[in-house]
Amino acid sequence: MTSNSHVSTLPGSFIFRLRRLYIKSESLRGYSLLSPTLLAMLVGLAMPLIVLLTLSFWIQEYLDFIRTFSLKNYLDFFQKPIYTKILFKSIRMSGMVTIVTVLLAYPMAYYIAFRVKHNKLIWLILITVPFWTSYLLRVFAWKIMLGYNGVINSGLKTLGILSEPLEFLLYNPAAVVITLAHAWAAFAILPIYVSLEKIDRSLLEASRDLGENTFMTFMRVTLPLSLPGVIAASLLVFIPTVGDYVTPSLVGGPRGIMIGNIIQSMFGKAQNWPLGAAISVMSMLTVTLMVCLFLWGTHNFRKRVA
Amino acid sequence: MNQLQEYDMSQDAIISFHDVSKSFGDVKAINGANFEIQRGEFFALLGPSGCGKTTLLRMVAGFEIPDSGEISIDNQPMSGTPPNLRPVNMVFQNYAIFPHMDVRGNIAFGMRKSGLSKTELHRRIDETLELIKLQGYGKRRADELSGGQRQRVALARALIKQPKVLLLDEPLGALDKKLREQMQIELRQLQQQVGITFLFVTHDQEEALTLSDRIAVMTEGHVMEIASPAQLYENPSSRFVADFIGSMNFFPGEVTKSENGKLSISTDSMGEIDIPASNSEYADRSPVWVAIRPEKLKPVFTAPGDLSNVMQGVMGPSAYLGDRSHFYVHLSKREEPVLVALQNLERSIDQLRGPNQKVWLKWSTDALVVLPRD
Amino acid sequence: MKSNRPSWKPDGLLIYAAMYLTFIYLPVLFLPLFSFNSSTYITFPLKDFTLKWYDKMINSPDMHQALFNSIKVGMVVAILSTIFGLLAAKAVTRYRLKGRGPLVSFIMIPLVIPEIILAISLLILISQAEIPLSLWTVGFSHLLLCIPFSMLILISRMEGFDKSLEEAAMDLGENAWMTFWRVTFPIVLPGIVASLLLTFTISFDEFVLAFFLSSTDPTLPIYIWSSLRFPTKIPAILALGASIFVVSFFVVSFAEWLRRRGVKLEPTSGI
Repeated sequence: MTSNSHVSTLPGSFIFRLRRLYIKSESLRGYSLLSPTLLAMLVGLAMPLIVLLTLSFWIQEYLDFIRTFSLKNYLDFFQKPIYTKILFKSIRMSGMVTIVTVLLAYPMAYYIAFRVKHNKLIWLILITVPFWTSYLLRVFAWKIMLGYNGVINSGLKTLGILSEPLEFLLYNPAAVVITLAHAWAAFAILPIYVSLEKIDRSLLEASRDLGENTFMTFMRVTLPLSLPGVIAASLLVFIPTVGDYVTPSLVGGPRGIMIGNIIQSMFGKAQNWPLGAAISVMSMLTVTLMVCLFLWGTHNFRKRVA
Repeated sequence: MNQLQEYDMSQDAIISFHDVSKSFGDVKAINGANFEIQRGEFFALLGPSGCGKTTLLRMVAGFEIPDSGEISIDNQPMSGTPPNLRPVNMVFQNYAIFPHMDVRGNIAFGMRKSGLSKTELHRRIDETLELIKLQGYGKRRADELSGGQRQRVALARALIKQPKVLLLDEPLGALDKKLREQMQIELRQLQQQVGITFLFVTHDQEEALTLSDRIAVMTEGHVMEIASPAQLYENPSSRFVADFIGSMNFFPGEVTKSENGKLSISTDSMGEIDIPASNSEYADRSPVWVAIRPEKLKPVFTAPGDLSNVMQGVMGPSAYLGDRSHFYVHLSKREEPVLVALQNLERSIDQLRGPNQKVWLKWSTDALVVLPRD
Repeated sequence: MKSNRPSWKPDGLLIYAAMYLTFIYLPVLFLPLFSFNSSTYITFPLKDFTLKWYDKMINSPDMHQALFNSIKVGMVVAILSTIFGLLAAKAVTRYRLKGRGPLVSFIMIPLVIPEIILAISLLILISQAEIPLSLWTVGFSHLLLCIPFSMLILISRMEGFDKSLEEAAMDLGENAWMTFWRVTFPIVLPGIVASLLLTFTISFDEFVLAFFLSSTDPTLPIYIWSSLRFPTKIPAILALGASIFVVSFFVVSFAEWLRRRGVKLEPTSGI
């Protein structure tokens, strides 16, 4: 650790006092161990977010920024209806995706936690295996499934069930929801599974012993106790989905656009970085607000059930 | 005879604490500890949970740094010296056996910088294995050992380095009763064989009394008293120590007269008593406790002729403990019952006299201890 | 928990589980299916079986370059984020830090920000600092994303591992570095391996950050993205996806086999 070395040990000297402080303060030693990581995160997180915020108050002029404080971007955001409209639509769609994904994932997690006796690990691996393909390709897989000449349509046509392809399958919000529900499946299953696994089985037996049938035991014991996992899964799905632009651009079509696409175009073709920054800030604030509401709601739910 | 170094039981101090204090946040864990441990002693830090004994031990090892004051080992001040450079070694409460090495690897762990040749090192390990009576267990892993065996490996690992002091943190806490008693004997023998100073921490007073040459009784960061087990048991200097070690009956009283060699005390239950006191530091009218151990009260069930040094009462609940019996006696003028301990000298299965039986308790004056009361 | 249903009755949950698994696998299985299909268009009915798309993939220098870039970035990110995560995990679990809660939450932020916002924030910072975009900027952004994952894995591994083992090592004479090397590292090794694998995978597959922060050197996901626009390039991409899947399957199986072998070996005396 520290060596009794050539460093000055004159009692009054600054270095001596510093060394003593370093040895004495566990906090200080811990932080110095943490410092490379902390430094990286500060540079990579705190600074960019501050810069983002700053940029949102500037204005784009041709290829440069006017670096004076202005609220124009935020005014644009609220006054031009398209931005708020699409932001709310994105929130709604993400909410839809979260609900669908979690609802579909829960019974699967429940099955592995409660019905599988041996080789739970195999099941978990089975679940995660499809996610070893590239995310882009998974989204693309749905595009080829749902497309006009895609797998479903051409398959049904070949089988003679359809004469004309179905047009409504692709390029709409529903396609986005299905695709994302598939893409996030593993992310939703794992936290719920962990939470269900932790439940002490004797609690369920106690509930049966006290007179509740299987369904009510689930409602009154299993579900509330698995809530932390459900919350974690919901957040893990909701937050990244709000900003997603890959899926909407591949399967969403013009009707399925989300706020992520708008932000991306601001930094791409539309070339209005400050406005993009302002939209990003507003999106983050809205998402944070939604998350707080969600957590507050579930907290109240838990209190009422308990 | 093995080659582990043996010290003379000389009288110089091996560890000294000078005004050592330490706080964790608002809590003052150690409050001005000031005492010495002699070379070759088996020394115990005894106290209830949270009294600071483990913190004090860890400060000797170097895992906690005092906020103020100085700890010296063999006359070398230790501040600024990290744990790996101190001439002490510790046996941890949960033994801390490295799971990824076998027994030999664990024992040899601290010998990397010893400069010994491989053959010499292996010979030393064999010697140590013999010392802890685990010959043949060299290749075993931690999860193949019982609790008692793991403890011996932890001991061996520390002893092979020939430290000046061996530190033990609640060494026998995790063992069951029989094993604990056996290990107590073995530890004592080991210490005498090896001859180094053992400093250990425990909350179990029976253990402290069995093993130690001297005990430091601690509470809430303060060292209340340091003395031999007999001294602490028969001649405690404070109510806390008297109460903490074993069981004690306390009778409130007031000093009526204090003159050369004799204290006169007036009590409710025991009447007026005269006690020879070596140092009459009690002023007139000072409040005191008169204390007597349960085994020093002799019960009789018929009225004694001589009524001096006798209390009369009525039997309360009793408990049969095999080699002795305990029972409570209710006295008039006293709310709390008196605890009496009686050796079961006769092989009689009859119950002790039932409750509400009249009983007279006799004592002798030299069994009494006078303690300050505030 | 015993199920109360008679054994011949089909378990509704089992049926659901089977259907769900089908839902998860089916779209993904079409990818390799059509990579063997000789038609350029992804549509039924299937034409002839062919390996020509695999051939095309193997002979594409652009794809090689992108693959190589992704592997390069992935390895560097895996190693660096594991080191940073290890330091952070050790600091958080072994020292009493003031302000530990907010600190850990701060480091976890990249997990709860939509990636696009992280991407553009970094883009703004980097362009304002007039640093050119390159694989380095991509790598740095991946580092930010991966450090929280690495830290989470290693914290859980270190919390389950007794602090007094390290104190014992120090007590027996080892300084901080040797304590780490002789005690901490061997015990935490499975966590380190898990962290390396996970962070490599995250970086290898990561698209959004790479999209915004790279310039002329594409990573593999970017290469895939740009190829998806061209229907003729698509079957080769499907072949690529199938290949990556098979390779990662073998890598993970091999790692697991190694791990099991390692556990069975005799523990060393280390002398």
